[in-house]
Formats: sequence, structure tokens, C-alpha cells
Amino acid sequence: MKDLIVIFISASILNNFVLSYFLGICPFIGVSNKIDSALGMGMAVTFVMSLTACISWLINHFILIGLNLPFLEYVAFILVIASLVQLVEMFIRKTAPALYQALGIYLPLITTNCAILGLALLGVLREHSLVENLFFGFGAGVGFTMALVIMAGIREELELADVPIPLRGAGITLITAGLLALSFMGFAGII
Amino acid sequence: MTTVILAVISMGLLCFVLAFLLAIADKKLRVEQDPRVEKVFAALPGVNCGGCGFPGCSAFAEHVVAGDAPVTGCAPGGQETAEKIATIMGVEAKSAEKRVAVILCHGGIKEAVRSATYYGVQGCHSAMLIGGGGKLCQYGCLGYGDCVTSCPFDAIHMNDNLLPVVDPEKCTACGNCVQACPRNLIELHPVSHHIFVFCKSHDKGPTVKKACSVGCIACRICVKNCPVENGMTVVDNLAVINYDICPASDVLVEKCPMNTIQIL
Repeated sequence: MKDLIVIFISASILNNFVLSYFLGICPFIGVSNKIDSALGMGMAVTFVMSLTACISWLINHFILIGLNLPFLEYVAFILVIASLVQLVEMFIRKTAPALYQALGIYLPLITTNCAILGLALLGVLREHSLVENLFFGFGAGVGFTMALVIMAGIREELELADVPIPLRGAGITLITAGLLALSFMGFAGII
Repeated sequence: MTTVILAVISMGLLCFVLAFLLAIADKKLRVEQDPRVEKVFAALPGVNCGGCGFPGCSAFAEHVVAGDAPVTGCAPGGQETAEKIATIMGVEAKSAEKRVAVILCHGGIKEAVRSATYYGVQGCHSAMLIGGGGKLCQYGCLGYGDCVTSCPFDAIHMNDNLLPVVDPEKCTACGNCVQACPRNLIELHPVSHHIFVFCKSHDKGPTVKKACSVGCIACRICVKNCPVENGMTVVDNLAVINYDICPASDVLVEKCPMNTIQIL
């Protein structure tokens, strides 16, 4: 149990996927304009990550290792991730059309998001068990949501601030992201 | 060899299982889209110019069906498209008068004085950042063609005098060039407007005379000679035509000492 908590905290805070591993920067910059859409995106990604962690472990254990085909991990994982994201997209379109419009193109972009594939591959690399992988995926999703929401909060404030003209928009966002990543570096070495 | 066969079969099976699951999900989670959206979209020119104010033709189609957008909202489609959309939506289409873009500056290389030579990115926005693009008149057309590039209908072209010329046949009044011009020289006018003051300079008369041979010097000769009382006024050193009352009179063209007023 302690291991699971450690894995969860490590994935979400200490080795945050966005701010420590620099995965998933595209939606991090693209959807963090408002806290509402950031939260929505974060929840979609958390759902996809948790499910991916489970299903990718199952596929890895029974198909890839079972049939001795470890070289197929990229193919298999991408298949699963793409289908899952398509499923999530259909679900969100049906249940929350406003969120669907707000996320726009970034929802299908979760498929190509390196954070999800990175999660699957890291899970294989660290030889987690099914439950460990599930906590790892869920923790990664929570960490991603946290990073996105923090960024959205800062950006909403920056809208009203007096930013120098050359830095407005992408410039100040990237600088803020760098400073955020720097602050999260304080967690390095705890685990 | 067995590895290859095993790989192909296992991945193929995985694909089938996932596709099957997605097909079920599609049945359960299908969002009903009003069939009229498809029909309206088919009636549009499909240029995605954004002149309607919506991001792309599909967005316009959705908003028309939702009731947020007028059936006459598509300028490039013109009367034809408006009528088709009106039929689909089951309403009457009001006919809107065709509009065209007019570029209100005649200060080309023959007429306008240059204060410097500009070496830089050949674009109007860029040139304007560097000392007003080397043109003495700070209100005039820079001639680098940001409007030409912005037109999705190929209706604007540069002539030899380095002034952009609008082809009224091709122009659909989508408004892209109006946005593109950094000096705000382009306006959309109904085709019934024939007479224009081809200058937007608010400088005083002597300053304008130094900068351009066809600029408006606010001499007020047009105001005095207009056939209709108050048909023309001078506001902030620039002549303004009141299109409601002022006719497209040749007198105004002849009397203007700088040849700024022209009939198109």
C-alpha cells in the first residue's frame, strides 16, 4: 500500500509529467487559457491515462510478453490510445457539448500527446504490476491536471497584467512555464 | 516466420476488437445533428474566408440552422447562396445590395513623395513599423500588397504605379482586405456609390501638398460646389461625402484642384 501511495505522489507531484518530464506541452500551452477548459481537459486526460495504464499493462502482459512480441509495444499502445481517445471524444460530445467546443482540436490531439504514450512505455520500463500501473497512470493524470490548472490560473491573471508588448501571448506563457518547471525542480531527489 | 504471423494476427485481432467496441460506442453515443446543417453547408462556396464572422463555412452553417446567423450572412455566396439557404431554412431571403471594396488612396510612386528607401520585409505592416515605410504621407498606401495577399478571391492586384486595384467582378466584400490594411484605407461600399474622395490624410493642406500631388488639402471647393446643400463636408482636414444626399456629380471631379475626388 505504501508503495502505491509513493508511486501516486511521485507521478503527480515529484516527477510531474508536464513540469519534470516535459511531456504533453501542446495541451499545456494550448488549453490553459481558462481554468474551466483546463480542468475539463485535465479530467479527460486523467481518464485516458488511467484506462491506458490498465489496458496497456494487460496487452503488454498477455499479448506482447505472452506471445514474445515485445517489439510491437509502440503499435499496440498507439492502437489502444487512439481508440480510447476516440471513445472519450464521443462521450464528451454527447454529454458536455460546451466542453467539447471549448477543447476543440485539443481533444483528438490527446492521441498524439506524448504524455499518454510516455506513460504506457514508462510503465513497461519500470515493470509495474497492474495495480501499480493503474496508480501510476491515475497519478500522472492528476499531476497533468494540476499543472494545467495552475498554469490556467496564472494565465488568467496575466491577461490583466501589463506585459511588455514583445512578450505578449506565447512569450510570457513559455517564460511562466519555465519558471513553474524550475519551482517543481525543488522536488528532485525526494524519491 | 512464426513471429511475423503471430504479430500480424495478434495486432489484427486487436484492431478488430477495438473497431467493434468503437462501433458499439458510436451507436450509443451518436449526437443528432440537424440534417439542414449538411444542406446549408453544401450551398456555401466553401472558401472559409471568415467574412460572415464565423470560423469557417461549417461553423456558419451550424449557426444559420441554430438561428444565430442571417441567411444573407455569406457575402461571397451573394444573392444565389442567400436564396438557396433561405429555401432550406424555409424563410424569405431579403436581397442585400452587392458591395465591393474600395481602396481610398491614389498616392502611387508617381504622385507620392518618398522620404527614405525602405530595405526590409516587403509587407505593409512591417514597413509601417520602420519610419512609416519611407513614404512622406503617414496616412497613405504603402504599396507592399498586404491587401493583395489577404484576398481569397484574387480580386486585388498591384498596378504599375504601386497601387492596389480592386476587380469589382471578383470582389465579394468578404472584408479580409479591410482587416489587412494597416492604414485602414479600404472600405466596403455598395455598388451604387460612384464618387469617392481618394485620400485619408488628416494633415493640414500645405503638409499634404508637400507629401502628395493627389492628396486632399481641405480647400473646401467641393463643399461650395456640391449641387446639394451639405452634400460634402470637411472633417478634420479631410473632405467627406454624405452618400445619402450627394449625387455623383462631374462638377465635383472637375473642381477639385488636387484631383482627389474621382468617379469609379
